[in-house]
Amino acid sequence: MIAELGQFALILAFVVALAQSVLTLVGLKLRDPVIHAYARAGALTQFVLLAAAFACLTLLFAVSDFSALVVAENSHTDKPLIYKLTGVWGNHEGSMLLWSVILTAYTAALALAAKPVEARLVSLTFAVQSLVTSAFTAFLIFTSNPFARLWPAPENGQDLNPLLQDPGLASHPPMLYAGYVGFSITFAFAVAALIEGRVDARWARIVRPWALTAWTFLTIGIALGASWAYYELGWGGWWAWDPVENASLMPWLAGTAFIHSLRVMEKRDTLKAWTILLALLTFSLSLAGAFLVRSGVITSVHAFAVDPARGVFILAILIVVIGGSLALFALRAGHLRPTGVFSIVSRESTLLVNNLFIGAACFLVFFGTFYPLFVTTVSDETITVGAPFYNATFNPLMGVLILLVPISGMLAWKRGKLKRILRLLTPAAMAALAAAVLAFWIADRVRIAGALGTGLAVWVGIGVLIDLAQRIKLFDLPLGASLTRARNLPLGIWGMIVAHLGLAVTIFAITGVSAWKQEASAFLMPGQSMRMGAYTLTLDDVQRQDGANYITEMGQFSAARGQRPMGEMVAERRYYPVRQMSTTESAIRTRLTGDLYVTIGEPVQDRGWPVHAYVYPFAVWLWIGSAILALGGFLSIADRGRRALIARKDKAAAGSDEVQA
Amino acid sequence: MSRLVLFLPLVLFAVMAVYFGMGLREDPSEIPSQLIDRELPAFDLPAISGDVEGLSNTDLVGQVSLLNVFGSWCPPCAVEHPMLMQIARSGVVPIYGIDWKDPPGAGSAWLERNGNPYQRVGDDASGRTAIDLGITGAPETFIIDHLGRVRYRHVGVITEQVWTDRLRPLVEHLQAEAAE
Repeated sequence: MIAELGQFALILAFVVALAQSVLTLVGLKLRDPVIHAYARAGALTQFVLLAAAFACLTLLFAVSDFSALVVAENSHTDKPLIYKLTGVWGNHEGSMLLWSVILTAYTAALALAAKPVEARLVSLTFAVQSLVTSAFTAFLIFTSNPFARLWPAPENGQDLNPLLQDPGLASHPPMLYAGYVGFSITFAFAVAALIEGRVDARWARIVRPWALTAWTFLTIGIALGASWAYYELGWGGWWAWDPVENASLMPWLAGTAFIHSLRVMEKRDTLKAWTILLALLTFSLSLAGAFLVRSGVITSVHAFAVDPARGVFILAILIVVIGGSLALFALRAGHLRPTGVFSIVSRESTLLVNNLFIGAACFLVFFGTFYPLFVTTVSDETITVGAPFYNATFNPLMGVLILLVPISGMLAWKRGKLKRILRLLTPAAMAALAAAVLAFWIADRVRIAGALGTGLAVWVGIGVLIDLAQRIKLFDLPLGASLTRARNLPLGIWGMIVAHLGLAVTIFAITGVSAWKQEASAFLMPGQSMRMGAYTLTLDDVQRQDGANYITEMGQFSAARGQRPMGEMVAERRYYPVRQMSTTESAIRTRLTGDLYVTIGEPVQDRGWPVHAYVYPFAVWLWIGSAILALGGFLSIADRGRRALIARKDKAAAGSDEVQA
Repeated sequence: MSRLVLFLPLVLFAVMAVYFGMGLREDPSEIPSQLIDRELPAFDLPAISGDVEGLSNTDLVGQVSLLNVFGSWCPPCAVEHPMLMQIARSGVVPIYGIDWKDPPGAGSAWLERNGNPYQRVGDDASGRTAIDLGITGAPETFIIDHLGRVRYRHVGVITEQVWTDRLRPLVEHLQAEAAE
């Protein structure tokens, strides 16, 4: 019954979405203003219907209704309730439903937030957005029905892959999807602008908060994914250049370029075609990511069940959405004329360089991800692209780009004075040099990479702080006056400064974790110790216990640094009988200066338990740095919101005579 | 001229769509290998630790076997591992391993932690042998016949289904062929 209700809601959502996109286009052609009101009602209806379908699926998981196929394949009565609920999106069908719900949530948010002043543009955006929604709901209904029944219903389910029974997974996909799908709104706006044939600073102002929202969620989503890999997979890494990781990195890079070029368009009314192209590409890369994971064209840990019918369907969606929008771009982008001009030394030109570098970096990741596929398709040869490729190409490119960050932030629009800025930034350069030399001198290996990474991080960090000090005239004015200036800085500027500081912190953490990690392994019997650098690790005891749906073997360790005890640590090895799979739960002692990371394995007769220990310097700063990046995003969004609010009040006061919805 | 440039993204996408379509045609886990029905390229890999011996291509002659490429850095390998353990326990076919691009000690630590399904494991730290074998990513598994020829290649995780539906029947067929 619940399943049928969900099915019904899903089908209705498809019909409403399809009707909305067609009707809106017809209405706009007929210039019938009634269509604007319908667009909103339709957007809200789609969301309500899909949210209802999602609630139905969640209920099926909560009550463990194994007559529903997805539940039987991915759940189990013994599983803790929280993982029954997160199991809703721990499978292909459920995650695609989540994708669609988020898609319509954005449409609904647009319906509630949009001002009536740009009625045509917004209605067109709804039409494009609804078209995308109808494609994905059709995909669900015809190839990946989450409400399929299984008869006879089995006694119990097959359980969720234990690697996915983790808080990281609970939050990672919704955040990631909120990012991917958020770019659908900017995509729809771009297509609408191309149809309208008009793109200007105003368009950029409307679109920017949506781009920032999507970018911020994507940042959080990627960071959660990396932390899931770090904490749950137990192999101590956090990024492996896995195709699916790359699939999330590409839209993030394109989205980063996009929010920067939007700023140029907003301020200088130029880079129009380029910005529109970035809007199209960012969402296209998100879709291509979905294609990668779902179709099984490229294998990966994240890959769901491979089904050629799904692959064909997604390819069809890609051709319509990406191909269609790029064709529109080819035909219409020529009409977009810039009014601003470029001078070499100006903030807009550094942002253009930013765009070119990020674009090139994005292309490299794209190339590394798809090149093996191209080669195998055209010949019998097969090749591999791994971390060395990215280290040799992606890292230097990003390194040069990051050098520009503080300079770009300080340069004026239109015409900047490079000499003055370089003089102001001299302390940052000195500090960076000193830090690099120090890092080179302290480290006993990977000296050059470590020194470069540290130097870059310090350069960006101090450079951004100098920028802030300049803006609030710190030391030039009395402290009180500077603080007042700081309070009056627009939130958008704070967003930029905070995000760039987050970048500096993240670069430093990446350097620490990858360049200076230490590791050691040994067989230990209870009572025995092992050493790693300055650390001593003693296995005190090993105990067996029963968990909710697993059996666990817990190794209790006491760690010490030099003579100073660091307390108890517990590393587990869990066995999930239903899936016959084991997972490692590493013991991690987090400190600001680094993580001590311990895993325990299956015992070997007479030799004891194999113990693997790592030190990851500054690992926690990876998450702090990403959080600061995201905070910067939120600050910028808040700025837009406030300004939009003020603008609306002004409009209301002035009794605007613009089109009313 | 500038108008033509605007068509560039569309053209590039069209080319990609064709490749995607071609990539879709077949089951991606059955990427044909140029090695099929040929002898394995020669390799002689050192051991990853004192516990298991190293691996050379001549070790694979004389019986039907599985050759599995893995790495401790590879999450899907962790997913595949329990299945390999199960196959090893069943005794149907011996499994040989190539530890691909692992730092020293990482592969053996990983096997200690998760159990060792392999008869022998070769350490391919440089990735040279993997290139000769045309590995696209780990895990990847070859079925080698009793004459040391590659007879089948599976890309990706060996699941219960892949094993019972595809690999096991082929292994048993080859074993019968070898017995004749």
